[in-house]
Amino acid sequence: MADEIIRLEAVTKAYNTGLPSQTQVLHGVDLTIHRGDFVALMGPSGSGKSTLLNIIGLLDRPTSGRLSIHDTDTGTLDDAGITRLRGRTIGFVFQYHMLISAFTATENVMMPMVIDRGFPSSEIEARARGLLDEVGLSAVADNLAPNMSGGQQQRVAIARALAMNPDLVLADEPTGNLDTKSAADIFALMRRVNAAAGASFLIVTHNIELAKRCDRIVEVIDGRITQYGNAGRKGAMA
Amino acid sequence: MNPLLPFDWITALRFLREGRMQTGFIIGGIAIGVGVIVFMSAMLAGLEQNFLKRVLTSQPQVQLLPPDQIARPLRFDEGEFAEPVVQRPSQRVRSIDQWQAIAAEAHRMEEIAVVSPSMNGSALAVRGEASRSISLTGVDPETYFQIVKVPDYLVAGQIRLSSDDILIGVDLAREIGAALGDKINVTAASGARRVLTIAGLLDFGMKAVNLRTTYVSLRTAQSLLGMIGGVTSIDIAVRDIYAAETIAQRIAAAHPVQADSWIRTNAQFFSAMRAQINTNTLIRVFVGLSVAFGIAAVLVVSVIQRSKDIGILRAMGARRGQILRVFLIQGGLLGFLGSLIGSALGMGVLLYWHSVARQADGRELFPLILDPRLFIGAALLATFVGVLSAAMPAVRAAKLDPVVAIRG
Repeated sequence: MADEIIRLEAVTKAYNTGLPSQTQVLHGVDLTIHRGDFVALMGPSGSGKSTLLNIIGLLDRPTSGRLSIHDTDTGTLDDAGITRLRGRTIGFVFQYHMLISAFTATENVMMPMVIDRGFPSSEIEARARGLLDEVGLSAVADNLAPNMSGGQQQRVAIARALAMNPDLVLADEPTGNLDTKSAADIFALMRRVNAAAGASFLIVTHNIELAKRCDRIVEVIDGRITQYGNAGRKGAMA
Repeated sequence: MNPLLPFDWITALRFLREGRMQTGFIIGGIAIGVGVIVFMSAMLAGLEQNFLKRVLTSQPQVQLLPPDQIARPLRFDEGEFAEPVVQRPSQRVRSIDQWQAIAAEAHRMEEIAVVSPSMNGSALAVRGEASRSISLTGVDPETYFQIVKVPDYLVAGQIRLSSDDILIGVDLAREIGAALGDKINVTAASGARRVLTIAGLLDFGMKAVNLRTTYVSLRTAQSLLGMIGGVTSIDIAVRDIYAAETIAQRIAAAHPVQADSWIRTNAQFFSAMRAQINTNTLIRVFVGLSVAFGIAAVLVVSVIQRSKDIGILRAMGARRGQILRVFLIQGGLLGFLGSLIGSALGMGVLLYWHSVARQADGRELFPLILDPRLFIGAALLATFVGVLSAAMPAVRAAKLDPVVAIRG
């Protein structure tokens, strides 16, 4: 499919392979994410959802199976190729904000562009400030990360995740560390960005209410996935 | 943030700035180390130069002398010794055989800068009732004063050596009650006598030397010592002072002369100087090592503290090589900044020490040598040590698994 971004086919992941302590975390996972998808990833602790997220985010490699991004088999890429693909295709939002404390909000958003050099140097700062404006943080754009609230930091993290115009944003419990109102605001922001920028979102969450507002829910239980479509949302179950 | 700078430089500078207390302490440590190196190197260079100046301006670097006279043991026809004990003959003053040819050949050697024949002997300086034994040196002023810097020791009069002139030490002049322009009788052991005019007074800084050393023209000395056309030594200045001994040995092997280099005649001073240089090198090595371990320790801690940042940067697309450079640059910058402050510190202490450390006669203990090469060398060395000591923590940072790093 033309708008297919990620495809996992029979992906498995095992740790301590070949040893008596071998642990099978994922069992033959098949999953496809299309452009514009807004998907919730749920499951109990230890079910394998973080491992699945790391594999999709190219931070980890599957033990077997195939992971394709834009029809490119990532198994054929070396470390440098994987890193380049990750930087240009995927944005990350972590639970604990994970901003770099040595940089201001603007500089944190600039970093992916400075690393990749895909944008002209003269445009990098303007683009970062524009993204911060989009997430409503123009007023604190020059504040250092530790001087901002949790909600503000998470907004900066979302702006940073969008810096490289990624096709997919992976959010690992982005609202898990926020109060109810901030969590709702962040979720709404992601929804808005999803609609405006067309970036797909895969969001790990334990909040069933938020998950129900996604287009699709992927549930991981004991390393196997089950998918549900949410009625009334676009892109129902793949 | 200047987006024109590469990612690794931006991140390295910001990490150093954020951990400013750590950065300040390690730069302070490096500065003290570099300061010690700069101070010791400059002071020892000054002392070495002082010593070399004293030695090399007061004597030739290589001196060719007639070979020692050796008595051959008397033997019977059967080859047996007639007398097993052979007494060493007294060494009379005599000329070097074929000295013109030897001097000409020495002059042709590339390693040799100046060649000057001279005549040495003992005599008596007499003025009125006073007489003192002197060492009479007859020289060709044009060449000899390029080798032995006699003019540097002139305190009165002028360096003039016509056939009737003599240069004497200030203490000899005082002892015999003579002043500049006075005439003195110089009598050789053979009885030959000349009346010479004191053209200049010299002060070598040592009373014993000032009492005995005198200079006359080569012809005057030849005439007084009864060796017309002869010379008792050929004095040589070489281009590389540390090659003097090798050159002396080569000449001695090729000609019937005894060749002494300044290295051999000042062997004790020379080995003392070498010992100082070796000690200084050892101190520099150990100070350098302690600086290197200090930088490495700080960066290892930094890598641990910043492992989450490294994980995020990797997730954002930073390559292993970029992360590696972030820490190598930090090491290099720490070394470089430390060396700048350390150079200033070392120079300050050196200036202070130079102003307070004096010899007994009030002269400076060592000449102040502020060689730019020392400071450039210190900066380059400290930067290199910084980069080198950052290598291990940098590799560790570059190898961090982003998943593990982010999880903490």
